[in-house]
Amino acid sequence: MRLFEFFRSKSSGTKSSDGGGGGQSADKARERLQLVLAHERLDRWSADYVPVLQKEILAAIAKHIPIDQEKVAVKLERGADMSTLEVNIELPAPQEFTKKTGPRLAAGAT
Amino acid sequence: MAKIIVITSGKGGVGKTTTTAALGAGLAARGHRTVIIDFDVGLRNLDMILGCERRVVFDFINVINGEAKLHQALIKDKRLDTLHILPTSQTRDKDALTTEGVESVLDQLRGDFDFILCDSPAGIERGAHMAMYFADEAVVVANPEVSSVRDCDRILGLLDSKTRKVEREQERLKQYLLLTRFDPGRVNKGEMLRIEDILEILAIDLLGVIPESESVLKASNLGMPVTLDNKSNAGKAYLDAVSRLLGEQLEHRFLAPERRGLLQRLMGRTA
Repeated sequence: MRLFEFFRSKSSGTKSSDGGGGGQSADKARERLQLVLAHERLDRWSADYVPVLQKEILAAIAKHIPIDQEKVAVKLERGADMSTLEVNIELPAPQEFTKKTGPRLAAGAT
Repeated sequence: MAKIIVITSGKGGVGKTTTTAALGAGLAARGHRTVIIDFDVGLRNLDMILGCERRVVFDFINVINGEAKLHQALIKDKRLDTLHILPTSQTRDKDALTTEGVESVLDQLRGDFDFILCDSPAGIERGAHMAMYFADEAVVVANPEVSSVRDCDRILGLLDSKTRKVEREQERLKQYLLLTRFDPGRVNKGEMLRIEDILEILAIDLLGVIPESESVLKASNLGMPVTLDNKSNAGKAYLDAVSRLLGEQLEHRFLAPERRGLLQRLMGRTA
């Protein structure tokens, strides 16, 4: 029995040492797949809306504020319960533009 | 009238050609007249896996272009006289696969065979599209690994929308999952996706689970479909999958780690 255990622990020991903690990485794989596929299946039926959305948001803002198209960052973060669409637009300095919000605008969407 | 089955996966290297050869030989061994068509234009490999690479004269593309007759391009297997292979071209590219050309070849084959297996190339481009377009059923091959499962889902989406059956009859074609390179020991350690989880994620019926096995590489070295190796677990698992394709209900095997004797442990063998 000891001998048996020796071989068993030896073989499992070498496996986990290269797995970075080994453990339940399969659970992580399942969760990641469930999440990404849920989103991809939705996207399959709708066109890639992010570039269009970005263009329309910028057009709406540009009507009121002069903005530099180069200073725009769009980030989409997909979560299980909620996704956030973050649009960061760098606005001109306050002396050129005095009314309304601070230096940055953030738009959120699910 | 033959049934057309596409073997596809999206991702490369998961075992499409091995699976096509194994299922084709398995069906032929059961007495069904079977022809296997290689759709991977430019990267011909089915001939190697089936061990007929030295007998290729004309190919699928020659037939499509009218440069050869279908019977001249078909290669009869030396082991199973019910098995035929239609190799693809090694020199042209996938644009040579025209919808009309593929349809005409399939129509000619339909009358003479019971099963037509279409070995799809990896990817989702023309070759893969043509391989699935005329199919009646689809076998999607995946490894228990995130990128393979993800690509598999993408392919399932295409099978639901880009086939003639869906376009003409609005009928979803039958889809099966075949998992290859499955390692029950690693599943038990929590290192590999579980079969139930993959099936739940993809919402698909399971055709078979092929255990990781040395016999698969050995079979490809020899140019022999693994189903002709009756000692190998992978071969047996493929033969079970063949039975299920034929409508038989069989329990899945080789889902638990194999018990190894002390001697095998000492020698580090993995059947």
